[in-house]
Amino acid sequence: MLLGHYSAAVAAKRRRALLFALAVALCATLAVWGGEVDLRKFVEGLPRLWSYFHDIMPKLRLTHFSADFAEWFWNWDVWLSLLAETLLVAYVGTFLGATIGFALCFLASANLVKNAFARACVRRSLEFCRTVPDIVFALLFVYALGLGPVPGVVAIAIHTTGALGKQLAEVVENIDMKQVEGVRSTGATWVEQIRFAVVPQVLSNFVSYTLMRFEINVRGASVMGFVGAGGIGQELLSSIRQFYYSDVSAILLMIIVTVSVIDLLTERLRHRLLGIEGRQ
Amino acid sequence: MMSRTARLTDVDRGRLAESYPDVFRPSPWQRVKALTVIVALVGMFLFGMVWLGFSFEKLATGIGRLGVVVGLMFPPSSGGLLHLYLKGLAETLAIAFLGTMLASLLAFPVAFVAAKNVVGQRILHFLSRRFLDTIRGVDTLIWALIFINVVGLGPFAGILAVAMSDFGTFGKLFSEAIEAADTGPVDGVTSTGGSVLHEIRFGIVPQVLPIMLSQVLYYFESNTRSATVIGIVGAGGIGLYLSNEIHQQNWDRVAFLIVIILITVAAIDYVSSRLRFALIGRAVIAHD
Repeated sequence: MLLGHYSAAVAAKRRRALLFALAVALCATLAVWGGEVDLRKFVEGLPRLWSYFHDIMPKLRLTHFSADFAEWFWNWDVWLSLLAETLLVAYVGTFLGATIGFALCFLASANLVKNAFARACVRRSLEFCRTVPDIVFALLFVYALGLGPVPGVVAIAIHTTGALGKQLAEVVENIDMKQVEGVRSTGATWVEQIRFAVVPQVLSNFVSYTLMRFEINVRGASVMGFVGAGGIGQELLSSIRQFYYSDVSAILLMIIVTVSVIDLLTERLRHRLLGIEGRQ
Repeated sequence: MMSRTARLTDVDRGRLAESYPDVFRPSPWQRVKALTVIVALVGMFLFGMVWLGFSFEKLATGIGRLGVVVGLMFPPSSGGLLHLYLKGLAETLAIAFLGTMLASLLAFPVAFVAAKNVVGQRILHFLSRRFLDTIRGVDTLIWALIFINVVGLGPFAGILAVAMSDFGTFGKLFSEAIEAADTGPVDGVTSTGGSVLHEIRFGIVPQVLPIMLSQVLYYFESNTRSATVIGIVGAGGIGLYLSNEIHQQNWDRVAFLIVIILITVAAIDYVSSRLRFALIGRAVIAHD
């Protein structure tokens, strides 16, 4: 009896798994067809991938290490300033976006704004800013504002506004409303209620999300140059397109190190913040 | 209400201030610290604006031009190229789907190596984690450029690029899920005389599979978004048309493309969040 139920349950589970696998396989076949996947091309290309990575490796010899290293990073001062520009683009974009997103998130929260129409307007515009990729905004702004880092900053700021505003609105909707009621009972205005009852509850989450967004934006800013919107991307694009092999690896290495350092620092900061939060 | 407020200020404030001095009068040290952080952040922002060459004049003319562009965007029109755009959109979806699938298949075995509790080799754990971080640190668009050199222009390069950058992400996420798995089932399998592979198959996989699947779904969503731009560098999908139309200043077509991208992304979002909800309930996954 029990065994019968067991095998029935297992059979049902197997059927479900099989159905799932079939659905995935069907989608994959469609995608292979639509994506013009050519395995022969891949197999032919694979050794090229290997040799590409081999080619971009610098020629370093132990005997002439410092000379070779200097040659590898021959343009380091220019790259370093471009890298600084990249970081600044990410920072200024994040700052602007976080400030605007912070201001808008309260207007998008159901527990603070009772007017459904106003709330929906704010929400939809935040979602619009979030869904359009930052590099598409950058393409548009490069046309409107001209080449250079400014369109990159504006693009990142808009995308950040959408992404952070939406995340924060979710946080704000989950706060403890008793504190808001307490402050309201003293006759405080709407802004005062937010300042003294809402902000203290969401501030640590806000900072943590903003730091995470900064991390993402550093990565995003590193490719803004592909469309002419400032930063190190332009230099990387031209060295890849023109097959300056050792330059490619040098710039990539600089980007990877920068991104890792930023990751590490923001993670430290976030853990410290959450630690403070946990102790209270 | 007024009377209550008045009573509160008259009677309780002094006592409250005495018992919670931090709240009523933050120490000057704390004030200075908060102020310093704010001043530093704002100062850095202003410095950045100056360094990057922000000028209100330029911004104003730019906004004017943008206004003209937005005006020209209406009404959006496909300009008779709907079939091309739909093909591009299908390509975009194919890139996102195959890239995510390939990445998850590749990352699955690697994650067990990178997890602390399975292989238990500190050096291996450290090396594989750093390797995954390195791959993750390179943006999808950069991988796309590299793969274009390898397999030529087209969606195939895009698939490989998405797969590559997600391989790093999945490897990290999966191995974290494995590390968080409960050891009870594993011990149970060990006690029946199971080998390491048995432990993994019957002790760990059933626990982590739903989590992994929901992460894969979440990344399929975000990859749909990134696959829309991969065409800008020539790696297939609708991004190619988008950047072409922007360069040729066909603003009504640009608006049309943006609208169909938005609709597609919203549809994928809806379906995958439904599926994720069915898989693990309303658990929180890191937002991208």
